[in-house]
Amino acid sequence: MHELSVCQALVNQVVEIAQQNSAHTVRVITLHIGPLSGVEPALLVSAFPLAAAGTVAASAQLVIEPQPLRVHCQTCGADTEATPNRLLCGICGDYHTQLLSGDELLLANLELIT
Amino acid sequence: MCDTCGCNVTPGNRHLAYKPVNGGTSAVSVLKKLLAHNDDQAAHNRAHFDTRSILTINLMSSPGSGKTALLEATIDALRDEFRLAVIEGDLETENDAARIRARGVPAYQITTGSACHLDAHMVHEALHHLDLSAVDILFVENVGNLVCPASFDLGQHRNVTLLSVTEGDDKPAKYPVMFRAADAVVLSKIDLLPVLDDFDPARAEQCLRQLASTVPLLPLSARKGQGMTAWYDWLRSELAAQRARVSAGQTVKPYIQPDGARLHAEVG
Ligand SMILES: Nc1nc2c(ncn2[C@@H]2O[C@H](COP(=O)(O)OP(=O)(O)OP(=O)(O)O)[C@@H](O)[C@H]2O)c(=O)[nH]1
Ligand SMILES: [Mg+2]
Ligand SMILES: [Zn+2]
Ligand SMILES: [Zn+2]
Ligand SMILES: [Zn+2]
Repeated sequence: MHELSVCQALVNQVVEIAQQNSAHTVRVITLHIGPLSGVEPALLVSAFPLAAAGTVAASAQLVIEPQPLRVHCQTCGADTEATPNRLLCGICGDYHTQLLSGDELLLANLELIT
Repeated sequence: MCDTCGCNVTPGNRHLAYKPVNGGTSAVSVLKKLLAHNDDQAAHNRAHFDTRSILTINLMSSPGSGKTALLEATIDALRDEFRLAVIEGDLETENDAARIRARGVPAYQITTGSACHLDAHMVHEALHHLDLSAVDILFVENVGNLVCPASFDLGQHRNVTLLSVTEGDDKPAKYPVMFRAADAVVLSKIDLLPVLDDFDPARAEQCLRQLASTVPLLPLSARKGQGMTAWYDWLRSELAAQRARVSAGQTVKPYIQPDGARLHAEVG
């Protein structure tokens, strides 16, 4: 689905950064992706070769570091683990929580060959 | 329209934090949002709306949940009170825009072809086909899809997600990213509730609250005119809030997963 658009955005950024660093090849691309990012890592991995073909990132290894889903409770103050469709406080069960992590869709780092 | 705004500036010159390492390979730490380019365009779109005090609302749902029907009823009820305009996203046809224009409201159709969502660039393109100087509320009807549209900021101020009673009351649990992105959830086609014994509005609300969402849930039927007053009141209060923000020099983004971003203070 939209993973191809996301991959194209990723490749554009990677190519830009490679140019800024005068790199001719991108060896490793590391992403941080949370379960609430709206992006399916497996689909991203399968869309990547298509988006990267013909660029300095064509042979890059795509490493996805999954991020934990954690919420902060505004009622009791606890920080607990949660699941994508149950973002309740793990201590008091309240739904007035804020996401601490789990919605990341980030380009974390690159390994470039110059 | 973009005479003064420098529209075609791309984010290519954004600063990226990087730490080159000596030798043939270097490790570069970036920490940038993957959709930063879209987000930049969205911020630009939002500036277009804010300079004209326009409230922009993005409507999202499954295909056929009643987005266009809700717009038609809203136009009939509010056209003398506010100046309305609509951007329609659709896969192949002009049908939805034609339905809006038939009611005397300007509408521009983005035909997305095979795309399954609108992005900020498509919306920006569409803005050049509308006279924004005469608009109070701009609606964007997104492509019918409960997955992709939630990931792309368009420059709107508010997201409204529709859940029709024919879809099953557990939809928020199945599509948490979409329902978390909503600033208001419309429970549509409630005139059909009497014939649907397996849809429980209370269970739909429970599924929504389990996503830590505190937003209003508005049950209504655009077809039968039930529950519409609460929707119109929500629109009025959002427009008043937008005008107050504009006079205070502020703006607002919809609830697209902002908490995590704010709390871990990422760049990009
Ligand atoms: N019973 C009933 N039917 C409705 C209501 N609102 C819409 N419908 C019907 O649902 C169908 C789809 O409505 P649309 O308004 O076209 O839905 P949509 O979300 O715009 O559809 P797409 O743009 O194709 O995703 C049509 O047959 C409508 O007549 C309602 O309040 N009650
Ligand atoms: Mg429609
Ligand atoms: Zn998609
Ligand atoms: Zn708690
Ligand atoms: Zn512009």
